[in-house]
Amino acid sequence: MNLAEGVQIVSFAILAAMMIGGALGVVLFSNIVYSAFLLGGVFVSMAGFYLLLNGDFVAAAQLLVYVGAINVLILFAIMLVNKREDFSPSANAGLRKLFTGLVSMGLFALLSTMVLVTPWSYSDTPAASQNSIVIIGEHLFSDFLLPFELASVLLLIAMVGAIILARREYLPDQLSTSKLPQTIFTLPERPRELVSTTSITDRNR
Amino acid sequence: MQLQYFLLLAAALFCIGIFGLITSRNAVRVLMSIELLLNAVNLNLMAFSNYLDSTLIKGQVFTVFVITVAAAEAAVGLAIVLAIYRNRDTVDMEQFNLLKW
Repeated sequence: MNLAEGVQIVSFAILAAMMIGGALGVVLFSNIVYSAFLLGGVFVSMAGFYLLLNGDFVAAAQLLVYVGAINVLILFAIMLVNKREDFSPSANAGLRKLFTGLVSMGLFALLSTMVLVTPWSYSDTPAASQNSIVIIGEHLFSDFLLPFELASVLLLIAMVGAIILARREYLPDQLSTSKLPQTIFTLPERPRELVSTTSITDRNR
Repeated sequence: MQLQYFLLLAAALFCIGIFGLITSRNAVRVLMSIELLLNAVNLNLMAFSNYLDSTLIKGQVFTVFVITVAAAEAAVGLAIVLAIYRNRDTVDMEQFNLLKW
């Protein structure tokens, strides 16, 4: 990216503040809808970091896949599961949070000392910012061809699995007989308690 | 700009994600924390591919693969959360003990 050094530093600081604040909000807010929208902010700032790191194609993919697909999926899941429940307080929740915070801070200290101590061998060639899409395409169709095809198979398997896991079981006979106008629009669903009884009667018959 | 800034930021994001993964009670929030972890790994990969491997940008290819796997993971994970909610009528992580004695 052909930006001046000062512009890069200022945009890095703004994006870092957005990302850390958003991530803390995702973890610490009690209302989960706020958490989902802040997660979208974290994803957008991550796309900004990718632009700073000369990855324009990956930034576009990040915006499309994370903000456009995963965040919307999470929002739909929150709306489908939207039951306001007060979780029964566990015995030592405060102690657990304190201990987890200590472990996380220790992990961060360990990682940061590793990052700061290690002598990194920088490559001195200039970054290929103009044709990164061409290089990624060449990688995907020459030496990363097998993972590319496996990724497509994985997406197909995930789609079929998600449909099978999340679908409801319809009752077609009840749909055809009920002529009453429905005031509440609910998806017909097989009652859970009756599944075992119907199978038992079928077995007795 | 130095490589260390990006690595420190990714480490901070990873630790925040670990904290949320362990302490949150809502199952959807656990999935959101997993997305934070995957994003931290992606930022590491992108920083390494820019500063250490700027001619063959293999880190960006790995980032694309991680994004793909994250999409599949989010779809299946949210489907599992919906199925559990339909069966147990709760999303509390403390009460998901179906496979535990």
